[in-house]
Amino acid sequence: MAELASLELTAEEESHMLRDLNAILEHVAQLNELDTSNVPPMAQVNEVLGNVEEKTVLRPDTVRPSLDRDRIMASAPETNGIFFKVPKVIER
Amino acid sequence: MTVASTISKPLSISDIRTSILNGKGRASAIVSASYEQIDAHDAHVHAYLSLNRERALEQAARIDGLAEKGESLPVLAGVPVGIKDVLTIEGLPATAGSKILKDYQAPYTATSVKKLEAAGAIVLGKLNCDEFAMGSSNENSAYGPTKNPHDLDRVPGGSSGGSAAAVAAGMAAATLGTDTGGSIRQPASFCGVVGVLPTYGRVSRYGLIAFASSLDRVGPFAANVRDAATVLGVIAGHDPQDATSSPVPVPDYTADLDKGVAGLRFGVPSEYFAEGLDPEVRAAVERTIGQLRSAGATIKPISLPHTRYAIPTYYVIATAEASANLARFDGVRYGFRAKDSNTLAAMYRCSRDLGFGPEVKRRIMLGTYALSAGYYDAYYKKAQQVRRLLTEDFLKAFAEVDAILTPTAPTPAFKLGEKTDDPVSMYLADIYTVTASLAGICGLSVPCGKSKEGLPIGLQILGKHFHESMAFRVGHAVETLQK
Repeated sequence: MAELASLELTAEEESHMLRDLNAILEHVAQLNELDTSNVPPMAQVNEVLGNVEEKTVLRPDTVRPSLDRDRIMASAPETNGIFFKVPKVIER
Repeated sequence: MTVASTISKPLSISDIRTSILNGKGRASAIVSASYEQIDAHDAHVHAYLSLNRERALEQAARIDGLAEKGESLPVLAGVPVGIKDVLTIEGLPATAGSKILKDYQAPYTATSVKKLEAAGAIVLGKLNCDEFAMGSSNENSAYGPTKNPHDLDRVPGGSSGGSAAAVAAGMAAATLGTDTGGSIRQPASFCGVVGVLPTYGRVSRYGLIAFASSLDRVGPFAANVRDAATVLGVIAGHDPQDATSSPVPVPDYTADLDKGVAGLRFGVPSEYFAEGLDPEVRAAVERTIGQLRSAGATIKPISLPHTRYAIPTYYVIATAEASANLARFDGVRYGFRAKDSNTLAAMYRCSRDLGFGPEVKRRIMLGTYALSAGYYDAYYKKAQQVRRLLTEDFLKAFAEVDAILTPTAPTPAFKLGEKTDDPVSMYLADIYTVTASLAGICGLSVPCGKSKEGLPIGLQILGKHFHESMAFRVGHAVETLQK
């Protein structure tokens, strides 16, 4: 699971994590008391607000200036000014 | 020791603007006085993570210039504000309370902050919070916790603890915070100030460092309901930069404040007065409800039957969304990068391991688990189904009542360190606030009394989607009845 989350946990962290996650999952297990077989999932609230005007919220896709490249590169750990630099991806 | 008692009279927004308008006050002097209060007390409270004095004094001078020329002043002219460090301001730090963003400087400004500044508000600095807004006590800040100005041995609540404490300690007239599961209302309750949860979509989140996107909201803190309503009026509204912001028109939130509560129907849900509620909190909330009844409101016992499932539902949905949102912190484009990793994958893992604190890792792990193949239906989908049931509870209740009244938090502010070893007990501090977060409705916390030890107690007022005016009206009535 740590690999999937791209986290590197020490052995000590791992045992704490296991204990905490088990406690939380035990608490979460309460949800199984409810029969939800006929309940559609709700991802966010606009899905249930039938009475609130449903207007499209997407703006027209027009070309406009984006953030300044120099500014963005300035806050990156390592760049060549044009691209972000990262350690080797493929081993030879 | 208490810092809250050092404030003779909290700054009010309308007083500030009036005093500048009639030439009695100057924005520069108001801003300097705020910094003096910060210099005198913030070493103990630790509400601010960074200050931007020069920028603030320049802006104050501009407001004073307008006043000298007799030009009209915007609604928040000269109002000193602080901003939770999860919202970006161009050229200033935005740490999100995390080491992973320690030296980051934001390349653009959040819409909510831009609107505040356009209305004349002056940003004093950025406010402390739990790392990535994950926490209920501010103890998860990588830069050390904020303390409660009413008792420095106690937490200010979280995650917007710095935002609440700054107002309570007179270090800003208003602040912005964010609320994902109670992170505005609970600290407002603990610090004795007003904190507003606007309806989902009411305030733009452009420039907010995301935690859980179906839940995150930006909202104001202030010393009183009128000021909070004024600030919300400034920051609310549709933003082309945020597709989840709503086109519903923004009313004048101060228009109904003095209408009183006669003839209004308030629901009091039995589930919020069950086991675990501190007797002093119960007494203060029940006394306030009694006062509202005497003022002409009808009090109706109601039931929100799925309430007990709210915390587990919330912690599945919020962590799942967080695990996706926080994937962007990988040491490539911004923030901390671990040195000496030989491969890209190792660099990701080491940067994240050194950059994130324990609670953030815990939530990323839980969220990753809830979204992983084989568990998605059992956890994430299940939680989304229960979320609908919780929301329907509220929609049914609001067919019969104008607002719902509950305690904001089950206890007054607890002591630093009291809950840090037990994540489940910490999560239960949000038991009365996560329901409104999941349902997308609006609400606020308003002070309604103090414990014997002098700790503030908050009343939570919940309103229908986009009915903030009702919550403000009731909140103002509660304030008036306290006097």
